[in-house]
Amino acid sequence: MAAESGEHAGIEVEGLVRVFKNGPRAVDGIDLRVAPGEIYGFLGPNGAGKSTTVLMLTTLLPPTEGTARVAGFDIVQEGPKVRSAIGAALQEAALDPLLSGREHMRLQTALHGIPKPEREQRGDELLARVGLSQAADRKVGGYSGGMKRRLDLALALAHRPRILFLDEPTTGLDIQSRTALWEEVAQLAGDGVTVFLTTQYLEEADALANRVGIIDRGRIVAEGTPAALKAEIGRPTVEAIPHEATDHERMREVLGRFGELAGGPPRGAAVRLAGGEAQLAEVVRALDAEGIAIEHLQLHAPSLDDVFLTKTGRSLEGAEAAEEEAEEEAAAEAVGRA
Amino acid sequence: MSDGLRTQIGQLARRSVLRTLRQPAQIVPALIFPLFLLAVNSGGLKGATNLPGFPTDSYLTFALAVPFMQGALFSVMNAGTDLARDIETGFLNRLALTPLRGAALLSGLLAGAVVLGLLQAVTYLLVGLTAGAELAAGAAGGVVLIVLSVTVTVAFGTIGLFAALRTGSGEAVQSLFPVFFVFLFLSSMALPLELLQTQWFHDIASANPVSYLLQAFRSLLIEGWDLGELALGFGIAAAILAVGMLAASRALKTRLVRT
Repeated sequence: MAAESGEHAGIEVEGLVRVFKNGPRAVDGIDLRVAPGEIYGFLGPNGAGKSTTVLMLTTLLPPTEGTARVAGFDIVQEGPKVRSAIGAALQEAALDPLLSGREHMRLQTALHGIPKPEREQRGDELLARVGLSQAADRKVGGYSGGMKRRLDLALALAHRPRILFLDEPTTGLDIQSRTALWEEVAQLAGDGVTVFLTTQYLEEADALANRVGIIDRGRIVAEGTPAALKAEIGRPTVEAIPHEATDHERMREVLGRFGELAGGPPRGAAVRLAGGEAQLAEVVRALDAEGIAIEHLQLHAPSLDDVFLTKTGRSLEGAEAAEEEAEEEAAAEAVGRA
Repeated sequence: MSDGLRTQIGQLARRSVLRTLRQPAQIVPALIFPLFLLAVNSGGLKGATNLPGFPTDSYLTFALAVPFMQGALFSVMNAGTDLARDIETGFLNRLALTPLRGAALLSGLLAGAVVLGLLQAVTYLLVGLTAGAELAAGAAGGVVLIVLSVTVTVAFGTIGLFAALRTGSGEAVQSLFPVFFVFLFLSSMALPLELLQTQWFHDIASANPVSYLLQAFRSLLIEGWDLGELALGFGIAAAILAVGMLAASRALKTRLVRT
């Protein structure tokens, strides 16, 4: 069952570093605080250091440097107390395909020391909560991705943790399953559970998180509420696609007069309007004056991707491919750490 | 043993047994392959019983000891592969986030090996006796033979667990299978030690603990009650079990680096 309350029921991290053998500094001195009952979104591309941070905060990987307290307990000195206060659904639902959902719940509740008479009731209650009562006796090998993720969440909640770590809980899920999981996470936060959620989906962080930390190459490059971060950037983006491909370069030149060019759609270009939304009409007039026929034109409000772009010089999507290799290296070392 | 530890072992043992019983691909080869080799060897090497000093006139009875050892080798692969899969899929991390104790994990995982070992031993013995093999030690000897077989299976299972924890790879564990088969072939598998004429082979087989495990099985099948042979067989199995558990426990500590 959940441990006694520490002096701070949230998460406090100072100067956390993790260096893998012969590898990069996967986490390079991060500081953060997550208040009790808050949903904290940890946003970044693959390989940015999100999962490594979660492994350290859940006591599964010792930090190289720095300190962290989770639920008021030190992650290095008080590992068992931390584990009893937290629940975690780590990247890729780690389930046994040969066991049923109910058998998973039975195992999890027993290993957490929940008294025998309560185990079945707790398991049934959680399976119902995540909508798996009907499938409870089916082997997990036959579950869909969304069902596995929901079971993973139910298992993480078995011992009523006060802090929940969700490492990319919706990666690979269809939009329906993703929305269902979002609702469940929001409900948990409503019940007072602190949620530390890593994600590479901007809309997920935007929709769920009270505050967002943006991590890139092991460092937090921006932190705040989604609204505050977007307001900080403050500039909307116009993206356009020319009717004729041969006009692409001329269109870029015209857009460039109105602000900083950004990664645009395929065959098109985008500009972050230095003068705000009011410049849209001027952009249209300038394109028309140059005789450039436009197939598509769209105005975007600032997004977390714009925040990422501003802070790192790269778009979130573009950063993923570049950092994929680093992540694979770190993951391989974490798996083979024996 | 505390209630908590007992519960942990019980739950993990339950899972291990369920996993074993739900994977016919693990059980069937472990039952069929050794019996197939028994049929081939006992037919093809029948003439060996004419050698002076051969302990029995039934090569089937002599060869019946071999499936018990081959079955034990399958347990290396099965126990190790199951654990390696848990490491690869992250299931071990899930377990690590609970107050699970290492001893419970290893003991629980071996429960599947016990069940498989029991199934194997009973099947080999029944098929062997039906085919005409003798059991000189009688029904009580059959029980001891099954107990010895399960002990050897569990002992070899710990080597599988150790390999899985060290490598974290199912493929690496499976690659051990041929290595262990070489140990089996370089033993008194086909002939008694005293009839091995080639010196280097005799020396290797004499130093190979598998030879003495085979002799323990054969003592029950051919001679009756030879307490010396039995003690040696159980002693070697216990030693492998102890060393395997110690090595696996250490590897688990390294693998589970939770703070």
